[in-house]
Amino acid sequence: MSAGTSLVETNGLGISFGGVHAVNGVDFKLADGELRCLIGPNGAGKSTFFKLLTGQYRPTRGSITIRGHAIDGMESYEIARLGVGIKTQVPSVFNGLTVEENIWLSARRIGTRTEAKDVVAHILDMTRLQSLARSTVGTLSHGQRQWVELGLVIATRPALVLLDEPAAGMSDGEVERTAELIKDINRQCALIVVEHDMAFIRMIAKTVTVFNRGSVLVEDTVGRVLADERVRDVYLGKELEVRQA
Amino acid sequence: MSKHIPLVATLVLGLAAIFVLPAFVEAFTLMELMVYVIMSILALSLGFVWGYGGILCFGQSAFFGLGAYTYAIAAINFGESTAAVGLAIAVPALFALALGYFTFFGRISDVYFGVITLTVTLILFNLVNSTAGEQYRIGSAPLGGFNGIPSIPTLNIPGMPDRVLDPQSLFIVCVILLMLVYLGLRWLLSSHFGRVVVAIRENEKRADLLGYDSRKYKLVTFAIGGGIAGLAGCLFANWGAFTSPTVFSLAQSAQVIIWIIVGGYGTLLGPVVGCFLVQWLTSYAGTLSAINPSLLLGAVLIAFVLLLPRGLVPLLQTAFVRWYPRLLSIKRQPDKAEARDALDRIPLAGTEP
Repeated sequence: MSAGTSLVETNGLGISFGGVHAVNGVDFKLADGELRCLIGPNGAGKSTFFKLLTGQYRPTRGSITIRGHAIDGMESYEIARLGVGIKTQVPSVFNGLTVEENIWLSARRIGTRTEAKDVVAHILDMTRLQSLARSTVGTLSHGQRQWVELGLVIATRPALVLLDEPAAGMSDGEVERTAELIKDINRQCALIVVEHDMAFIRMIAKTVTVFNRGSVLVEDTVGRVLADERVRDVYLGKELEVRQA
Repeated sequence: MSKHIPLVATLVLGLAAIFVLPAFVEAFTLMELMVYVIMSILALSLGFVWGYGGILCFGQSAFFGLGAYTYAIAAINFGESTAAVGLAIAVPALFALALGYFTFFGRISDVYFGVITLTVTLILFNLVNSTAGEQYRIGSAPLGGFNGIPSIPTLNIPGMPDRVLDPQSLFIVCVILLMLVYLGLRWLLSSHFGRVVVAIRENEKRADLLGYDSRKYKLVTFAIGGGIAGLAGCLFANWGAFTSPTVFSLAQSAQVIIWIIVGGYGTLLGPVVGCFLVQWLTSYAGTLSAINPSLLLGAVLIAFVLLLPRGLVPLLQTAFVRWYPRLLSIKRQPDKAEARDALDRIPLAGTEP
């Protein structure tokens, strides 16, 4: 990647399903090592935006550049090889395999057998899943599977990690632990985090981008965004006032 | 140690079959057992493709039949079996590569893939069926239409066309090849490639998002399965020195699926066990005038789908894992040192707070 180039850049990005513009004219930039939160009401186009960035959907308008490469027409696996990892909203893991096998498969894609073994040990330690290493992932709780998926994603040493609602369905303790984990991950790579939990956003975010009806409504620091009248109107409403009180 | 159990068991069973059966079993039974062994190789091919790769191929008999016909045509033309065996593996594998390329890279869904493979085997069945007449020949090998190809030269010692294997030797070769295919697949599944294949079966989208091109892995898996099925077809053509279009038939394809359902999906031992069991049952039912073997086969399939959907081998594995430690704890007596330690740990009266 040449100096001064954004890690991710989209220009006029859009996708339509029938007459519905799920993502519409999005201009977005993310710098190397940045942590950005993406918020917006349900149906705002956040998850669709992630699917466009990972090649699961092909845009009908605009362009996406990742690490200087135009990814138009690229398959998901090619985009992953550019250094993009995604943790999906519903944990997408290998349910029939053990935690260790899940992370090994991910680590082995980029390293030798010995390197993969070391990476597995490191990730198990980082996600505190050592005691569950030999457990079949399908038997774990929702929160534990979220961490397994997070482990899977970071084992490929990505330059960019996309996290779609990483704290969904977690207890307060698990949410705090996840926030710490995300900050740890951010020391190594850039992140875009989609989340609805404002307390969680405050724990991790500096800059927030707000999506509404497939477009970027506002992009600013977390404090300013949460105080923005338009954001309150479209998304937060009274819930923010209650939390701030 | 426990991971070496399958290897040791395979070697013991294989060596027992090689050294004991040809010496003590009469020729008719040996020939029947040889079919079971050959069909077990076919069962393993689909057991790998479907059970581990998650690719349900309804037309595995297409590759089986291609192997049989390729061997027959090549052996008749060459007058020697070594190159014919190689071709009987290579041609079905290449055919699977070509078929798989268009289906996997065309992102054909699982249901349509099943329909396509089923249609392909039916097309081959009808195609070969309609090759009666002198004009249908490849080199000096007439295809023979519905009557098939008789008098196929059987396996000879490589490089020595005059030294043809007798039925006992052919049986030993079949057992050795079954062992090699089984152990080869076990090795493959423990490799990086094998683990990715299983991961793709578990969650194809996730494998793609981690940077694995699932289409390529599925394609190679399918081609390996095609090659193994071709080997089974080659051995089947050797067994009777004859092949006919029935090797491509729908019944042949359906049987392989039934063997796997009965033996156990997602295991390598299951297809072999299912193949032996169902074939023996079908053969036994054939001797009873009161029972139609096809009806019996249907009843067995329904019973397994309803009552034992995971198949026999996974059921036995679960039972073994659950009961083996209990059996050990009952049988194992503590030695003297352990008993003394245990006594030492019992607090004396009045010493406990």
